[in-house]
Amino acid sequence: MKYRSVFDIIGPVMIGPSSSHTAGAARIGRVARTLFGRQPEWARVHLYGSFAETYKGHGTDVAIIGGLLDYDTFDERIKSAFADAERVGLTFEFIPEEEEAIHPNTARLVIGDSQGVMELTGISIGGGTMEVVELNGFPLRLSGHYPALLIVHNDRSGVIANVSNAIAKLNINIAHMEVDRKEKGEMALMVIEVDQMIDDALINELEALPDVTQVSTLAN
Amino acid sequence: MDVLFSNVKELVALAESQNKPISEIMIEQEVLITKRSREEVIAQMDNNLTVMEKAVERGLEGVQSTSGLTGGDAVLIQKYMATGKSLSGDIIMDAVSKAVATNEVNAAMGTICATPTAGAAGIVPGTLFAVKNKLNPTREQMINYLFTSGAFGFVVANNASISGAAGGCQAETGSAGSMAAAAIVEMAGGTPQQSAEAFSIVMKNMLGLVCDPVAGLVEVPCVKRNAMGAAKALVGADMALAGVVSRIPTDEVIEAMHKIGQSMPSALRETAKGGLAATPTGKALEAKIFGKDKVDSDTVKS
Repeated sequence: MKYRSVFDIIGPVMIGPSSSHTAGAARIGRVARTLFGRQPEWARVHLYGSFAETYKGHGTDVAIIGGLLDYDTFDERIKSAFADAERVGLTFEFIPEEEEAIHPNTARLVIGDSQGVMELTGISIGGGTMEVVELNGFPLRLSGHYPALLIVHNDRSGVIANVSNAIAKLNINIAHMEVDRKEKGEMALMVIEVDQMIDDALINELEALPDVTQVSTLAN
Repeated sequence: MDVLFSNVKELVALAESQNKPISEIMIEQEVLITKRSREEVIAQMDNNLTVMEKAVERGLEGVQSTSGLTGGDAVLIQKYMATGKSLSGDIIMDAVSKAVATNEVNAAMGTICATPTAGAAGIVPGTLFAVKNKLNPTREQMINYLFTSGAFGFVVANNASISGAAGGCQAETGSAGSMAAAAIVEMAGGTPQQSAEAFSIVMKNMLGLVCDPVAGLVEVPCVKRNAMGAAKALVGADMALAGVVSRIPTDEVIEAMHKIGQSMPSALRETAKGGLAATPTGKALEAKIFGKDKVDSDTVKS
C-alpha cells in the first residue's frame, strides 16, 4: 500500500503551490538531510521527468533546498530557502536531466561536506507522499511512514543477528527489513522499519557493534 | 499491513453492515494503522480544517500570485453573488468562489491543506464551506466530512493515482471532486452507497482530463478546474441523493481512471508540453514569466 494514512490524502498542511512538486520535494530534501545527519555544505540536485520540466514554476528547487535546511512542508521559510542557504553556507546546483527516470517526479541529490558525501534518489508519488528508492547506490524502498534505521555495515556473518538482537532486547518490533550489498564481502546496507520510536541509546549500541560502519535514523 | 478496506465496495459494505457512516470507518482504520489515539487523529483533522478555513478567508480578501496569472477571481464571484443575479444558484457559486479562493492562495505560495493534492486543494474545502450554510453542521460533522473525503481518496490513491504527473488532472481535481461529492452526501444524510454513487457520477465526468499547466505553474487552468470540480461535486451529490445510480460500479470507474492515466501521453501529464500549455498564448505567457532564463539556461547555480 503506497498510502497508509488518511492524512496522506487530507494533508499535508503545506506551502503551495504543488503537493508533489513542492511538499514532496521538500520531504525528499529533508529525508536526505536527516540521513546525512548534519547540514551539508553543498548539494547537486539532478531532476528528472516532470520535475525537470516544471521545477521553477512549482518551487521544487526552493522546496528541496528548504528540505536540506530541515524545513517541514508547512514552514513559511521555504519561500526564502535560497537566501537562507547562502547564509548558512550551503551552495547548490540544479541539473535538469533528459533521460527517463523510474517515476515522472524523480530527484537525485548528491550532498556533502568536508567529511563525506551522500547520494539519495527520491520519488514524489503524489499528494506530498514520497519514497526513497536509492541510497549511495543501494536500491531500497523507504516510505518514511515508519521510524527507520539505515545501517551501513561490512558484509560479514552475524552482523544481521547482532543488530536484530539489539533491537529485540528493547522490545522494538521490526515492521519491514531489507539487506543489500555491493559485492560479496563488501559494503552492505540494512534498512529496518520499526513500529516504535528509536532512541539514542539504541543508535549508540548499534554503532558499537563489530562491522557496523554507520547508523542513520529516520523518525516517523 | 492490515486495512479495514482496500476498495469502495468493502468500505460501503463495512459501513452498511455496522450501521456506521463512512467517516467513522475511516477514523477506525486510521487508529488501527497508525496506533495513535482516536483523540489525536480527530485533533489533527480539526487542525487541517482550521488551515482550510484560514485559506478560504485569505483568498476571499483577494490574493495575487507572483507570476500575475491568477488571483482576485474569488472576490469577483462573491461580489457578483451579492447582486442576487447568480443563475446557477448561491450554493454552487459560493462553493466555486471558495474553491477558487483556496487555489489562489495556493498559487501565491500561501499555506493550504492538500486534498488530496495542492493543485486540487480548493474543491473539498470549497464545497464544505458552501454546504455549511445550508446544512448547519456541527464542528464534528465538518471534521467527518474530511474523513469521508479521505476514505474515498485513500482508495483512489492506492488503487489508481492522485498525481497529475502520473494520471493527469482526472487524478487530481477528478479525485477531489468525487471525494467531495461523497462527503456532501454523508453530511446531507445520504447512505454510504449513495456516497459511492455520487463519487462515481462525478468521476465519470472527470475521466480523461489532462494536466497541462501553463508554464508548469499550478495556476492556469488549475484554479478554474477547481471551480468546476466544486460545481460538479454539488451536482453529483444532488443526483445521488435523488436516487440516481451509476451503472458502472465505483471501483471499476476508479480502475478506468487509472488505465486512462497510464495511456495518457507524457506531454499531457504535468510536463507543460501539451494542451493549454502548448497553445500560442500559453507559450507566450511562459516566455514572459521565465524570460530568457527558462529558454537559454536550465542550470541554476547558487
